Amino acid sequence: MREQAVRALRRGVAAAVLAGLVLAPWAVDDYTAALLARTLALGLVAVSVALLTGVAGLPTLGQTAPYAAGAYTSAVLGGQVSDVGVVHLAVAAVAGAALAAVTVPLVVHARGVVVLMITLAVGELAVVLVGRWRSVTGGTDGLAGIAQVRPLWGMPVLATDRARYLYTLVVVAALVGLVLLVLRTRVGLLLRAGRDDEARLRASGHRVSLQVAGVHVAAGAVAGAAGSLLVVAQQYLSPADFGFETSALLLLGVVIGGAASVGGALVGAVLVVAGRDWLFGALPGHAPLVLGLAFVVTVYLLPGGGHRPPPVRGRLLPDVGTRRAAGERPAPTGARA
Amino acid sequence: MAVDIPIDPYVVPALDGVAYGLLVFVAAAGLVLCFGVAGILNLAHGTLYAIGGYTAAALLDGGWPSLLLALAVGVIAATAAGALVAGLLTRVAARTHLTQALLTFGLALVGGSLLVRAFGPDDQPVRVPAALDGSVVVAGHRYAAYRLVFIVVAALLAGLLHLAVRRTRAGMLVRAAVDDAEMVAVLGVSPTWIRVGVLAAAGALAGAAGVLGAPIIGPGPDTADVVLLLSLVVVVLGGLGSMTGTLLAALAVGQIQTLGVALAPSAAPFLLFAAMAAVLAVRARGLAATRRTT
Repeated sequence: MREQAVRALRRGVAAAVLAGLVLAPWAVDDYTAALLARTLALGLVAVSVALLTGVAGLPTLGQTAPYAAGAYTSAVLGGQVSDVGVVHLAVAAVAGAALAAVTVPLVVHARGVVVLMITLAVGELAVVLVGRWRSVTGGTDGLAGIAQVRPLWGMPVLATDRARYLYTLVVVAALVGLVLLVLRTRVGLLLRAGRDDEARLRASGHRVSLQVAGVHVAAGAVAGAAGSLLVVAQQYLSPADFGFETSALLLLGVVIGGAASVGGALVGAVLVVAGRDWLFGALPGHAPLVLGLAFVVTVYLLPGGGHRPPPVRGRLLPDVGTRRAAGERPAPTGARA
Repeated sequence: MAVDIPIDPYVVPALDGVAYGLLVFVAAAGLVLCFGVAGILNLAHGTLYAIGGYTAAALLDGGWPSLLLALAVGVIAATAAGALVAGLLTRVAARTHLTQALLTFGLALVGGSLLVRAFGPDDQPVRVPAALDGSVVVAGHRYAAYRLVFIVVAALLAGLLHLAVRRTRAGMLVRAAVDDAEMVAVLGVSPTWIRVGVLAAAGALAGAAGVLGAPIIGPGPDTADVVLLLSLVVVVLGGLGSMTGTLLAALAVGQIQTLGVALAPSAAPFLLFAAMAAVLAVRARGLAATRRTT
């Protein structure tokens, strides 16, 4: 009975939020609509972060790398190929997936905090690269004057902020729906199983490495597609869009949303990014300080363990630095007999 | 002289690379300690370096006493900041890697914005002691005296660190905590105190690197990010926990950032990336093999 009521309430809230999102551009000015569109794109990146962090148990700080790859590919290459948004999306998703595929060897054997470290390094290096590769990305000056796109063949170009927002909303909703659908199948079950007990899954004959590689590439594709949406939403790109701060904000959003929940990650990230944008407007000059304090406070206020297992695979403290294999340790139960 | 000409443009960058690499090593050594011992990814590590750098910019006036004073103040301030990070990383805050990362990143944001508020948003000029301000002739090339002295001092620091980790009781406890924290606790040494000590020591190293390295990677709003990135790359390249590996990786990164840029300016942005990809692709399996057998 109670469970049904909660479920109905949840559905009601979801419907209300969706309706609010559809109607939002008519309630706010153009500038806010553009900001909202950008926030939604970031929300989609957060979904990819949640896919890796919460569902697959690979905490990541580097999803800005495929995000940037998708955005710049969409802006540079997409503009030459076609002006159809769906083509841009596909091109960007392929670019994001390709970058993720290149970095698969780096993460496929790592778990826990090691993944955080490696992905952070990859994401930061990607930003440095974007800032220095002037001939293609425009360097730190950014890439302006990006042509407008039309959503599908034969449709008018997205000329207003409202149209661009609605396009972003539709794409985000479709992709999030797709991710949720896939997670309801056997694939989602296997991913969660890999997170919760990798050794057991491996023992039962599943190829966990392949699975990790697959989810990493898929998350890269989602983040890449989000990059294309960013291009449409703000029609300007600069390395600042993909900085370390963005990764951290996304992670905060994902953690607030309950790391294993894809929908929660979207909502959490949207709230966090909107809060950041509001802070920068309301407290010019003080925003980083307040934002930093918000990070610290959130960590203390978040509900502690108990209601979800830690979203990290493997041991809590991976024995980094040890060169000794576990097999050399004396068995605690005196297995010599 | 004809033999000298092709070498000429590369000797100075190569020496620069050694200075740069040793600086990155001293900065990254603290990160290795935190990461290896406590499994903590301290994203505020770059800020600890920046504290040292700003101290140097504020206190150095061209004399030797000011250098000693800056070194003392910088190391103490960064050590205190490291201990503060350890204090805030309570059991609640550090329950998962995610909350750890969020907390330390929040502290980095706060620390960075406080530093900018105190010292202004511009890169700070740093005055080295007058005696080291000139250049000396090394094998027929003029080279900045400060950097030469820095290479010696940083090498000395690296050596001392190696001795401290390998030969002292504190170093043994730290290494024991890496291998088996529970056993260390059973021996009567609180792992919490080891963790606090390691984070404070990491702060001290970062602070020393910040003061001494201020003329090389100067204090500014970007310093913390740059140092964190370089340290991360070096720690990952060095095999995540090995001091020797970290030293080699730091020297390699130093050469990539200086000699690599001099040799192939157009490829420079990709060199770090390529180095990391190459090393990890080769080593990933080996690293994982030790870790997976749990």
